[in-house]
Amino acid sequence: MPSIDQFRSVPVVETIGGDRTMVLNMGPQHPSTHGVLRLLLEIDGETIVRIRPDIGFLHTGIEKTCEAKFYQQVIPMTDRIDYLCPMTNNFAYVLAVEKLLGLEVPPRALWIRLMLNELTRINSHLVWLGTHAMDIGAMTVFLYCFREREEILKMFEMVAGQRMMTSYFRVGGVSMDLPLGFLDYIKNFAAYFPDRIEQYSDLLTNNPIWIGRTKGVALITRNDALELMLSGPTARGSGVDWDLRRDMPYGGYEKLDFKVPVATGGDVFARYQVRMEELRESISMVKQAIANLPDGAYKADAPKIVLPDREKMKTQMESLIHHFKIVTEGFTVPEGEVYQGVESPRGEMGYYVVSDGTAKPYRVHMRSPSFANLNAIGVMCEHNLLADVVAAIGSIDIVLGDVDR
Amino acid sequence: MALQPAVTDLEMLKDRPALACLLSGMPGAIQSAKFDRDELTIWVTQIHLLEALNLLRTATYAVLADLTAVDWFPSEPRFEVVYSLLSHQLRDRIRVKVQVSGADPYVESVTGLWAGASPFEREVFDLFGIRFQGHPDLRRILLPDEWEGHPLRKDYPVEGYR
Repeated sequence: MPSIDQFRSVPVVETIGGDRTMVLNMGPQHPSTHGVLRLLLEIDGETIVRIRPDIGFLHTGIEKTCEAKFYQQVIPMTDRIDYLCPMTNNFAYVLAVEKLLGLEVPPRALWIRLMLNELTRINSHLVWLGTHAMDIGAMTVFLYCFREREEILKMFEMVAGQRMMTSYFRVGGVSMDLPLGFLDYIKNFAAYFPDRIEQYSDLLTNNPIWIGRTKGVALITRNDALELMLSGPTARGSGVDWDLRRDMPYGGYEKLDFKVPVATGGDVFARYQVRMEELRESISMVKQAIANLPDGAYKADAPKIVLPDREKMKTQMESLIHHFKIVTEGFTVPEGEVYQGVESPRGEMGYYVVSDGTAKPYRVHMRSPSFANLNAIGVMCEHNLLADVVAAIGSIDIVLGDVDR
Repeated sequence: MALQPAVTDLEMLKDRPALACLLSGMPGAIQSAKFDRDELTIWVTQIHLLEALNLLRTATYAVLADLTAVDWFPSEPRFEVVYSLLSHQLRDRIRVKVQVSGADPYVESVTGLWAGASPFEREVFDLFGIRFQGHPDLRRILLPDEWEGHPLRKDYPVEGYR
């Protein structure tokens, strides 16, 4: 049985590689570690005895850098933490700062954010599905997933001018309104995408090779999942019925109608089922957001915090002053601290922001889901075969930028 | 939603489930509490930290969502270690904080309560230099082993030592 006692015992460095076992190094440049993850695998024949992850190769000290930036300058850095879901990171950070400020966003901004946040989830899950399937040997799925992902990246480029590091959300709203023709584009996408999910599903769900590689592999129990601080689809695949969007709604999720898929298998296949179901829910949420999208302002009316419109800035003295002040001095945030957790595609993405009353955050801490979910790898793979390690890594859906920050 | 002033009076907060649990179980552990922006923060004393967290865990706050620290250099006690607890039943989040002196920063490790706290404690050790007593494997996690200093301390320059 897998056990979590390995977290409590004194490890290893000395005892590793005794008489029976040997140590195999995997990564940091290994194609199926999804980044620069290094794993020290202690193996007995082909069976895993113990795994020790070695991380930090992508550490860039973002938390430290944030302390030297104005509040609005932190937003581009949040993109770079989890580079597969930039908007989710933006969302968590701006929600935290808005909570500190007591600022409310107008309905249009709220719905735009929800729509793009769910698109981001689809984007991230498509990368997960493609690479995960490719790791296990199903090459075709990858090509189809990236075909659809390309469409989403095009949409991101339309709204933000950037495909990956979007930095589209702002404290108090979003940076600019949706461009002309965007809604038609996304409606078209939302119309055909559900069929595409079925296509992926047809390729995998009943595929005997896929089932053989995923069912009963990399098991983790519900209790272990909770104690190891897992969250998101990784935990929901083990029967943890918890989703921040439904259970502690933020940023307008209470207005959406959706189900939270939960599977109880606890294996790679269960996590696959959860994420596939989430794709379906997400596209339905995107449709709801399109239907509900109101006209009106796309950023809050808070001249000391939100940058003024370009036109106003050039015609009104006051707006010019506000613009100058925000750009050169930032905006001050009242003293206090908040923790804003959001459900990122990988789990609970939490921003803990402490303000000391100045224009720069005193402390920004990112509780990244991959960092906690990486805990599971050792427990999942214990007593499994060496070849299943790549399946386990793929099923956690790890992003190393998120782990190392 | 205009900002409400923070509530720090224990009397007014005693009905909050987390505080009620601590007040009935071990009132001596509570240093102070604050309710601000819909979030409850409880400061507990350093010696009672593990017991208090265990009490909250066996009550409904069974999930440790986050563990981090804040450096208040140059004031003393210098550090605060921050535990963010989550209750799935109550759908409630609380923050438990413990103050740690700058001269000899250490707290008890919570890896015995939540095994998953292990990398989080290593991260705080790595970036703040706070030791976690009873942690089975307290090594640097993000930075190289030979790194000098702890970057998230406020007296560590943003551009690093050159």
